[in-house]
Amino acid sequence: MNEGTLNLLVGLAMGLNLLALGSSRLPALIRTVAAQGVVLGVMPLLIEHETLDWRVAAVAVATIAGKGVVIPWLLRRAMRAANIEREIEPFVGYVPSLLLGAGGTIAAVGLARALPLLPAHSGSLLVPGAMASVLTGFLLLIGRVKAISQVCGYLILENGIYLFGLLLIHSTPLLVESGILLDVTVGVFVIGIIVDRIQRAFDSLDTRKLTTLRE
Amino acid sequence: MISLCLILVPLAGALLAAAWREDRTRPLWLPIFGVIHAGLAAALFFNPPAVAAESWFGFDPLARAVLPAVSLLFLVCSAYAVPYLRLRAERPNRVFVALLLTVLGLLSAGHQARHLGLLWVATEAVTLAAVPLLHFNGTARAFEATWKYLLVGGTGIALSLLGSFCLGYASLHGGGRGDLTFAALTAQGAGLSRPWVLTAWVLLLVGYGTKMGLAPMHTWKPDAYGQAPGIVGALLAGGVTTVAFTAILRVRSVVGAAGEGPVADRTLLLLGLFSMGVAALFLLGTRDFKRMLAYSSVEHMGILGLGTALGGPGVAAALFHVWSNGLTKGVLFLSAGNLHRAAGEPTMDAARGMARLTPRSAAIFVAGMFAITALPPFAPFFSELQVVRAGLAAGHGLAVAAFLGCLLLAFLGLTRVVFGIVDGRPRPARVHHARRFRETAAVIAPPLVLLGLSLALGLFTPAILRESWLAAVRQLFPTP
Repeated sequence: MNEGTLNLLVGLAMGLNLLALGSSRLPALIRTVAAQGVVLGVMPLLIEHETLDWRVAAVAVATIAGKGVVIPWLLRRAMRAANIEREIEPFVGYVPSLLLGAGGTIAAVGLARALPLLPAHSGSLLVPGAMASVLTGFLLLIGRVKAISQVCGYLILENGIYLFGLLLIHSTPLLVESGILLDVTVGVFVIGIIVDRIQRAFDSLDTRKLTTLRE
Repeated sequence: MISLCLILVPLAGALLAAAWREDRTRPLWLPIFGVIHAGLAAALFFNPPAVAAESWFGFDPLARAVLPAVSLLFLVCSAYAVPYLRLRAERPNRVFVALLLTVLGLLSAGHQARHLGLLWVATEAVTLAAVPLLHFNGTARAFEATWKYLLVGGTGIALSLLGSFCLGYASLHGGGRGDLTFAALTAQGAGLSRPWVLTAWVLLLVGYGTKMGLAPMHTWKPDAYGQAPGIVGALLAGGVTTVAFTAILRVRSVVGAAGEGPVADRTLLLLGLFSMGVAALFLLGTRDFKRMLAYSSVEHMGILGLGTALGGPGVAAALFHVWSNGLTKGVLFLSAGNLHRAAGEPTMDAARGMARLTPRSAAIFVAGMFAITALPPFAPFFSELQVVRAGLAAGHGLAVAAFLGCLLLAFLGLTRVVFGIVDGRPRPARVHHARRFRETAAVIAPPLVLLGLSLALGLFTPAILRESWLAAVRQLFPTP
């Protein structure tokens, strides 16, 4: 029914993945992640169902509020406290990570063809979108040295899982959904606190300085 | 009903501890709730309740075979926590005490979860609740360790959520309702979509394997165990890892029902042996005795993985090993905590001649080391012997040979570090520091009790325990 619109949004989210991989300035990266959060939050409303289920609406509102507003606000605050604006020397440069991300997106579309899908989902971009986002998240986690960029990578990874979860939105019970949402939110809060403590303990958010513990 | 109390009572205790005003008396709630929890667990263990097949929660045979071990370990650790927190009176303990009880409640939830989604929620919640426990010391190194724990653990646990969704999709694609209870998934069995089941298995194994600390997803473990207080290390190594292990066992049973058991077993066998090999090599290199315990934990997680790959008898041996490893690791972590306090730093360079400075803790540490390296008649010897027997019976001679080789290397690595810190003449600069640490009965008794339990479990394994492990195997591998 709304499949065209839904696919458009998934495509948008995949485009935002590439934008995240290409942005060197942290505010831009955080903005990208926030925009992706809002795009993801709208999706449950578009998945076809007879009447607008209040549970689906609740998931949508909570997602937009959490991923689109609260978490980006936390990250921006940490960024200002640490007084850093940009990622200067990433492990993986911007052009290579963009190329890897683009290649990964193409591979995700190919790989999704290899997995059997229900007829209802065969035209949907949700599965490739999910895989591409998970991959992007990994690239950011591995390729960036600033803790805030790594958190953004983690968020994009989680967004990918959320996209996949949309396939099951009607069969997972509300209790489990809200538990998952709660855990994810608390998780980011905890990460935010630790980022703050690392900033105070090391006077920097450069994770290359976190190398005292090794063999 | 009692099974729900196992979860709710510690959580209520956490609230109480958080609301309690006095730092000095707050730690006493730990043993109080530890005793209640152990009592409830024992009651359920001896009178197992009937669990409805479709229920999301329940003290089923698998929970019965593992959860009492965690409860017992927590009880002893909570007794140790009281003198420990008294020694650390300079640090506020509100968060620490409340979160220890939260972890206990969530561990009980994770062990009893019969729904893939709830299992994930409980495991993720335990992961997060353990974060402030890891950086209790508040040093820069502790925050570094916490950061690595969060990123590696968080990514792993995120992958296991993706795997859970894949398993749900396997059910939908196979014509099911996408019901994520293990009973429903097992019942659908061969009806599950094979490619999705395999995708789910890989993701869930990597995800929960990270939490368990199987190599190569173990990288958070040495840092976290090295920086966390000994009691937290004991609970992570004996409690949190077992939740991830039972998760893998439950998922393995679904994968087996879907007809992909052999694939699952092969991956578990390889991952288990790889973990043992990696751990043995790092044990030969490390100079830090708390990191040494982390690598030893990786090794024993490998043993659990290997046991699981060997079919029914192997799983029974692995469940036995959960008990023997959990209790014996408790001995090592608690006595290592004493040594750490006395020596100031947990490295071979700083800590020497501990047999003279803290003779009792050093003796327990050495005994614990021999126990964990499978000296008879301690329990790990018997559980590892069972793994060997199961391996030979299943025709995995080569795997058994590799297993024994890794055990030998690990033994060399462990003795090298342990005798390095126990033997010799203490550094003069450290003697003064060590004098401030007194080996009172309160810090000696808990590891000694665990050592006794490990010995007793090896000498006369109670028949009811053996029976509970076999019942769990019957639950996981129902014979058609």
